[in-house]
Amino acid sequence: MISPLEARYYRRRMPLLWWAHRRSYAIFVLRELSSAFVALFIVELLLLVRATARGPAAYESFLDTMAHPAMIVLNLIALAFVLLHAITFANLTPRAMIVRLRGRRVPSRVVLAGVYAGWLLVTAFLAWLLVAA
Amino acid sequence: MSLSHDVVIVGAGGAGLRAAIAVAEAEPRLSVALVSKVYPMRSHTVSAEGGAAGAISADDSLEEHAYDTISGGDWLCDQDAVENFVAEAPRELLRLEHWGCPWSREPDGHVAVRAFGGMKKKRTWFAADKTGFHLLHTLFQTSLKYSNITRYDEWYVSRLLVDDGRVCGVVALELMSGLIETITGRSVVIATGGGGRVFPFTTNAAIKTGDGMALAYRAGAPLKDMEFVQYHPTGLPFTGILITEAARAEGGWLLNKDGYRYLQDYDLGKPEPGPVLRSMELGPRDRLSQAFVHEMAKGRTINSPYGPVVHLDLRHLGERTIDAKLPMVRELCRDYERIDPVHELVPVRPVVHYMMGGIHTDRNGVTPLAGLFAAGETACVSINGANRLGSNSLPECLVFGARAGRAAALYAVEAPPPALAVEAQGDDERRRLDEDLLRRSDGPDRISSIRTEMQAILEDAAGIYRDGDSLTKATDKLRELKERAATAAVDDASRRFNTERVAGLELAGMLELAECILHSALRREESRGAHQRTDFPERDDKRFLAHSLAYRESGGSPRVSHLPVTITRWPPGKRVYGR
Amino acid sequence: MDQITLRVARYRPDDEETEPVLVDYDVPLRPDWAVLDGLNYIKDELDGTLSYRWSCRMGICGSCGMMVDGEPKLTCATFLVDLAPGPVRIEPLANFPVIRDLIVDLTDFMHKLSSVKPWLIRQDEQPVEDGEYLQTPAQLDEFKQFSMCINCMLCYAACPVYGLDGSFVGPAAIALAHRYDLDSRDEGDRQRLTILAQPDGVWDCTFVGECSTACPKGVDPAGAIQQAKLAAAQEAMKSLLLPWRSR
Ligand SMILES: Cc1cc2nc3c(=O)[nH]c(=O)nc-3n(C[C@H](O)[C@H](O)[C@H](O)COP(=O)(O)OP(=O)(O)OC[C@H]3O[C@@H](n4cnc5c(N)ncnc54)[C@H](O)[C@@H]3O)c2cc1C
Ligand code: SF4
Ligand code: FES
Repeated sequence: MISPLEARYYRRRMPLLWWAHRRSYAIFVLRELSSAFVALFIVELLLLVRATARGPAAYESFLDTMAHPAMIVLNLIALAFVLLHAITFANLTPRAMIVRLRGRRVPSRVVLAGVYAGWLLVTAFLAWLLVAA
Repeated sequence: MSLSHDVVIVGAGGAGLRAAIAVAEAEPRLSVALVSKVYPMRSHTVSAEGGAAGAISADDSLEEHAYDTISGGDWLCDQDAVENFVAEAPRELLRLEHWGCPWSREPDGHVAVRAFGGMKKKRTWFAADKTGFHLLHTLFQTSLKYSNITRYDEWYVSRLLVDDGRVCGVVALELMSGLIETITGRSVVIATGGGGRVFPFTTNAAIKTGDGMALAYRAGAPLKDMEFVQYHPTGLPFTGILITEAARAEGGWLLNKDGYRYLQDYDLGKPEPGPVLRSMELGPRDRLSQAFVHEMAKGRTINSPYGPVVHLDLRHLGERTIDAKLPMVRELCRDYERIDPVHELVPVRPVVHYMMGGIHTDRNGVTPLAGLFAAGETACVSINGANRLGSNSLPECLVFGARAGRAAALYAVEAPPPALAVEAQGDDERRRLDEDLLRRSDGPDRISSIRTEMQAILEDAAGIYRDGDSLTKATDKLRELKERAATAAVDDASRRFNTERVAGLELAGMLELAECILHSALRREESRGAHQRTDFPERDDKRFLAHSLAYRESGGSPRVSHLPVTITRWPPGKRVYGR
Repeated sequence: MDQITLRVARYRPDDEETEPVLVDYDVPLRPDWAVLDGLNYIKDELDGTLSYRWSCRMGICGSCGMMVDGEPKLTCATFLVDLAPGPVRIEPLANFPVIRDLIVDLTDFMHKLSSVKPWLIRQDEQPVEDGEYLQTPAQLDEFKQFSMCINCMLCYAACPVYGLDGSFVGPAAIALAHRYDLDSRDEGDRQRLTILAQPDGVWDCTFVGECSTACPKGVDPAGAIQQAKLAAAQEAMKSLLLPWRSR
């Protein structure tokens, strides 16, 4: 219920372009919008699994679809967004996790460096797997 | 509409919140109204920096805390009250610890204590230099637990409901809507804080306008020892922002224009490099502020755009100590004076800080009016006498807030419900606030200009040094000002959040306090603690080992009488510092 | 003397005004004047009808938050010379409903604050006579930063999630809940985490980080929210993997 008092409140709506005024707001909106693309990756993965299960023919046709230039562009955009999320997430680590070594708080920069180093390591390992295969 | 509770508490600072919790714990069946003109966490307790005294160290004792308090107060304290105070202060501070207050600690996990002015032992508990902030937020957040406390945030109490000599509620203005309602209760506790805004230059926040004192005074309760106004020796020029005594307790020095620690010339001891308890910079506030006036007379202060100042030197403490023990001092100096105390001298001057006087109560917060209780800075119990010691006030809010709360709860359990007839007083008040105040846009004076004149009169006549002549003249001027205030313009005719109407009400109350201060000061023909008369420079225990009580006469001006001080174990002696 | 123009939002619903309007006032530009001193000058000398909140004028009571040139600021700690030559635009805090002029309604925050149980919770209360709960300076440091919040609401004004959906519990309330969770004397973290993990709790935050930029007291509410997320996730995992663990 709205009291007569509250009825006379002035409630501001956020202007249509509110997010354009500040980098952090723009990135926030970008992240919100990009979730659709991230979902796309998941759907693709599911399709891939289904195609593999249905045998070589289905798999081949799945590869053909994915090789279409439109699909590649779409996937590149999605990759960019996933990177955005990954970087946001990585940057957040030192704030979310207070790491202590022998009672002393590890400075955020060191934690951050650790996270990126770990990321690099995993990527290198995956790349090695691919190349070795 | 009428709102009804068992206990109505006016004020949600340290004292009011502690009282509310005390009622809620003592009698969970009682419903408590907690009325405050600002959100509780905005209350002025939030600004207290230095700490709260309670004797806990192995080398300390209750007797020593009591003696420091009584000699600091120049023997005007009621000693029975002081004995209760020192005994209960440590327990109250511990209780606060149990509620989550982040007290600073020793490496072994015990609560740490620091030195403070006028105290012979280290006994001041602190949460860095934001003690009041943490104390208030801890109390406020803890109070949220109790479902029988109903808060009225941003309601301004403008009048007490009195029925046949018994106080049974308040009339309050809801700022947000402008509605005026009665809130009845079987007992009422006033905890509205001090009134430093009567003076032009003060550490006190804008809300410290002494409303509760005026409420009680108008309802017939006497105001006690109003002539005792504490000047804190170290305020920043212009803003009046306080640089806590902890800065000196940690080892800061006061220097005149020659870089000389001038306090050694005023019987306050010999300069040592480190801090010495009850000596030099750690002497009591009244003596330090008086020394400043003498330095000024000798031409040894430094001129600044805001008048003469001296320097507070913290540089030798080093960055590490300043950041660990005095972070807020550094923050305030940097933000408001654009200087860094690690490398620069801090300009300071004495500034009005605290009112020792207030509503006359006994040790349980009981006032002479039935059903009315008071606690905190607005009350005068009195444990502060003629000069409060730094860090005694926060524990006073806790000890006597809790006592007043328990006493009010007990009273509410036994008293009959308030008479319905008092509702009519709400209508009177509605008429006064709406018809009188909101229709005065054509008055000849502005509220702000009358306030400025009042502040100037008080600073001139009732500052650090006073004399009979100026006080007499000031009372005349003030009477004339009071008449003009009654017709001052209120430009704002709207109801919703009308801050000008509130300013008008606050001003009317402050003028009453100002009158009490002047009259009480005029009648006290001696010098004691914060009250120094150049025409009566000596303490006179024969005539004035007594409290002043100011009653409001039917014509509106105060009548002052005296009440003997309670002495138990400490006969009046000489105040000795630095020896 | 130098002057500076303050362009102040006025909203007077009593006078049938339906939209705020900006009104210009010229005030002296003095080196030590904060924006708040300018507003006080207006109120005392030019227009007694201007309404705003303030009290301590030393950055600790949290009353005087407003939008200054579009940024949430404590007006008692923001100096006019830093905004010269002006005009300086002063508006009520964003994301809150406006009651009048520069005054916004905070009722919503007060409810949210009590909803996260910001008080010390213990299984068994130790009597005061037994002395203090021990806490080392290092344990104090764990939560100290999050106990510094003055409830000034600048972070809510900076938070787009709160602006878009007012039901989000918001930065300061979460920071205060987290302050008690981290306190070595407290045993209420599971109660609070259950509350914070609900819809409108920590998971609404997508780490914009503006709350921490706006905070005048260095509280870092964004950090608190992320830490609370981690704790809530660990708690959820634990109750999934160890369902028999006592509740
Ligand atoms: C800058 C500064 C530093 C200090 N440092 C220390 C220190 O280190 N140690 C120490 O012991 N003491 C210190 N003091 C003194 C101490 O802080 C105060 O005396 C004490 O906090 C007063 O608390 P209180 O509860 O009585 O009043 P306050 O905290 O002032 O609360 C008053 C309450 O009453 C309400 N109120 C007032 N009028 C009305 C009305 N008309 N209607 C409704 N509600 C109303 C207000 O809203 C508020 O909630 C300091 C004081 C200052 C100014
Ligand atoms: S977290 Fe910071 S910005 Fe938010 S209310 Fe607290 S002090 Fe203000
Ligand atoms: S007036 Fe208190 S924070 Fe600005």
